[in-house]
Amino acid sequence: MKKTVVFGTFVAMGLAAGAGAAAAGTLDDVKTRGKLNCGVATGVPGFASPDANGEWQGFDVAVCRAVAAAVLNDPAAVEFVPTTGKTRFTALASGEIDMLARNTTWTFSRDVDLKFDFVGVNYYDGQGFLIPKEMGVTSARDLNGATVCIQTGTTTELNLADFFRINNIEYEPVPIETNAEAQQQYIAGACDVYTTDASGLAASRATFEDPAAHVVLPEIISKEPLGPLVRHGDNEWGDVVRWTLNALIAAEELGVTSANVADMAAEAGNNPEINRMLGTEGNLGEMLGLDADWAKRAIAVAGNYGEIFEKNIGENTPIGLARGLNAQWTEGGLMYAPPFR
Amino acid sequence: MTIVTDPPKESFRLGMLIYDSRYRSLTIQAVALIGFMLLAAWLISNAAQNLAALGKPIGFDYLADPAGYDINQRLIEYTSRSTHLRAAFVGLLNTLLVAVLGCALATVLGVIIGVLRLSRNWIVSRLMAIYVEAFRNVPVLLWIVFFMAVLIETLPSPRAFRGDDPTASMLLNDTVAITNRGVYIPEPLFTRSLGDISVFGAFGISIDLLVLLAVLAAGLWAAHRVAVRADAIQEATGDRPTTWWQRLLLIVGPVLVTLIALGFHLGYSELKGFNFQGGIHLRNSLIALWLALSLYTAAFIAEIVRSGILAVSHGQTEAAYALGLSPNRTMNLVILPQAMRVIIPPLISQYLNLTKNSSLAIAVGYMDITGTLGGITMNQTGRELESVLLLMLVYLAISLSISAVMNWYNNRVKLVER
Repeated sequence: MKKTVVFGTFVAMGLAAGAGAAAAGTLDDVKTRGKLNCGVATGVPGFASPDANGEWQGFDVAVCRAVAAAVLNDPAAVEFVPTTGKTRFTALASGEIDMLARNTTWTFSRDVDLKFDFVGVNYYDGQGFLIPKEMGVTSARDLNGATVCIQTGTTTELNLADFFRINNIEYEPVPIETNAEAQQQYIAGACDVYTTDASGLAASRATFEDPAAHVVLPEIISKEPLGPLVRHGDNEWGDVVRWTLNALIAAEELGVTSANVADMAAEAGNNPEINRMLGTEGNLGEMLGLDADWAKRAIAVAGNYGEIFEKNIGENTPIGLARGLNAQWTEGGLMYAPPFR
Repeated sequence: MTIVTDPPKESFRLGMLIYDSRYRSLTIQAVALIGFMLLAAWLISNAAQNLAALGKPIGFDYLADPAGYDINQRLIEYTSRSTHLRAAFVGLLNTLLVAVLGCALATVLGVIIGVLRLSRNWIVSRLMAIYVEAFRNVPVLLWIVFFMAVLIETLPSPRAFRGDDPTASMLLNDTVAITNRGVYIPEPLFTRSLGDISVFGAFGISIDLLVLLAVLAAGLWAAHRVAVRADAIQEATGDRPTTWWQRLLLIVGPVLVTLIALGFHLGYSELKGFNFQGGIHLRNSLIALWLALSLYTAAFIAEIVRSGILAVSHGQTEAAYALGLSPNRTMNLVILPQAMRVIIPPLISQYLNLTKNSSLAIAVGYMDITGTLGGITMNQTGRELESVLLLMLVYLAISLSISAVMNWYNNRVKLVER
């Protein structure tokens, strides 16, 4: 009896600690803590991976740093929490992280049923197939009977099942936890094909010994709008992350870059939208619960959306992704920030 | 004449609950129980409240929705349009498969290694000691990952079997292919199959298999009767009739006849397209998990067996020798039966450990119940609490069943004392 009670108490304390999270505003929590807990991938080159010095770098990481700069005035005040496809939602729902910037697809059920809010899209992606060139396969419809490596707990798993079922062809799924393990199995020939978002495939291929020996098949079998997300119900915090992302996108459209943002924010210029965004006119920052310079700091970290793209995953990097759908709307892409007004 | 004086009648006072040692322990227990129940109630209401605040009321309806994902190793029919419940069931069967295979191999290896470790041959006993120490002192997760890595990196991929001058070839007269995607072995097929019998309309069991099992059981029973009769003759006359060929015939004969009647033949696997097709595919994930769990647990079982044998006093061996029993018969008839009562109880917990350790399967992508219900289903539906509760219930049920069976066996083999 006694033992049971003591044990029960320990269990209870553990559970209570877990249940205690939630409530209160995340914005205030982050300000009090002085640090932003940002969930990222465990290591996808170009999107989120630690460099030689252990500093997290990448396209998704840049969003975390921009938010940290806007809220805490310090782009380094970020605690990066690596999450797998399986652990990411639990980490966010439990309050372990404040936001998730980890190539996560915006879907109805995640937005509505899992109780998250996607604050926007920072990369329009689609699921593709990576296959060694020597196999001579030119279309995903020729993959009948292939062994397919796939990261478990992702939307790609469901798309894959649907694609093969609709085309009435067979396949053998090999479920894998992380991108690194999937690459290892793919290289060793334990699977014929590796499937994930096309951007992820490009990132993986860049790390291979001989990237030219592998091709991404032309079929893109799904829409994968990837973007940062926060918990549902904390709208103030959601607004901060949403408009930080929008500021980066709008900055590119308006010609604000890391080089000229300091000058432009120094005094009001001709363009009232730039003025409002950078805080030289109006009080947008105050409305967000931040100061007037929030957007200036966010842009100053690594530049606008276009600069972040080119530096991390653009055509001059080993990842080598073209802007494509991710160009500004003025240039035929889908990147479109609502007005700062 | 005796005088009986009644003890003074004491009326019950409330204070006695604390100060009277007769009631004190009861009081403490009652208070502790109430406290514990309050705590449990608070925890449950807290969880329910938090979930309600999140807008996620507890419910198990999601289990009836289509799962939407595919599972590679499925012992019953399953497609991506099947329900989450069925996916969980596929996972449960995979868990049971690796647990049963693992317990069997671990027991065989464990007994052999445990006995060999007591060998008088110095090298053999040292080698076994190294095996035991190496396996039980490294976390089982590392062994699982290690075995998987070895299988993937060292074995040839199916591509190596292709072409005019393949670098790899099939073994045993082109019947077995060992690749880094798994081992392909021939499958038993029946030309005059009796079909499947449907259980609850949910899954089918092959009637061929049931018939074969029934025939085998009948053969074993008949062989047992022959042995009993031989024992009786030996008791009565002192002569034991030679019966081994009768018993062998009774076991093997009917099975062979049934196999021929059903049109038994083997289906071989062939390299077609990307992979080998046909035959039975033992996936790498299953092999790695099975071997790692078995070898790891065998190290513990070896120690249990060794302790059990050492627990039987040496006098028993000497007494058996004095009666003229050979060393083999001494081990089988005298030592092991007595060692069993020491071995069985810790063996139960090793079986339980192996079964629970099988939940590490996701490390190699083996789709056990933790991988389906507690992995993909939980992730796609966001029903963490419900899925984890179900998962705990399932493991509890499996563990208690193993315990029950092993305890029953323990009661049968334990020393009968007067």
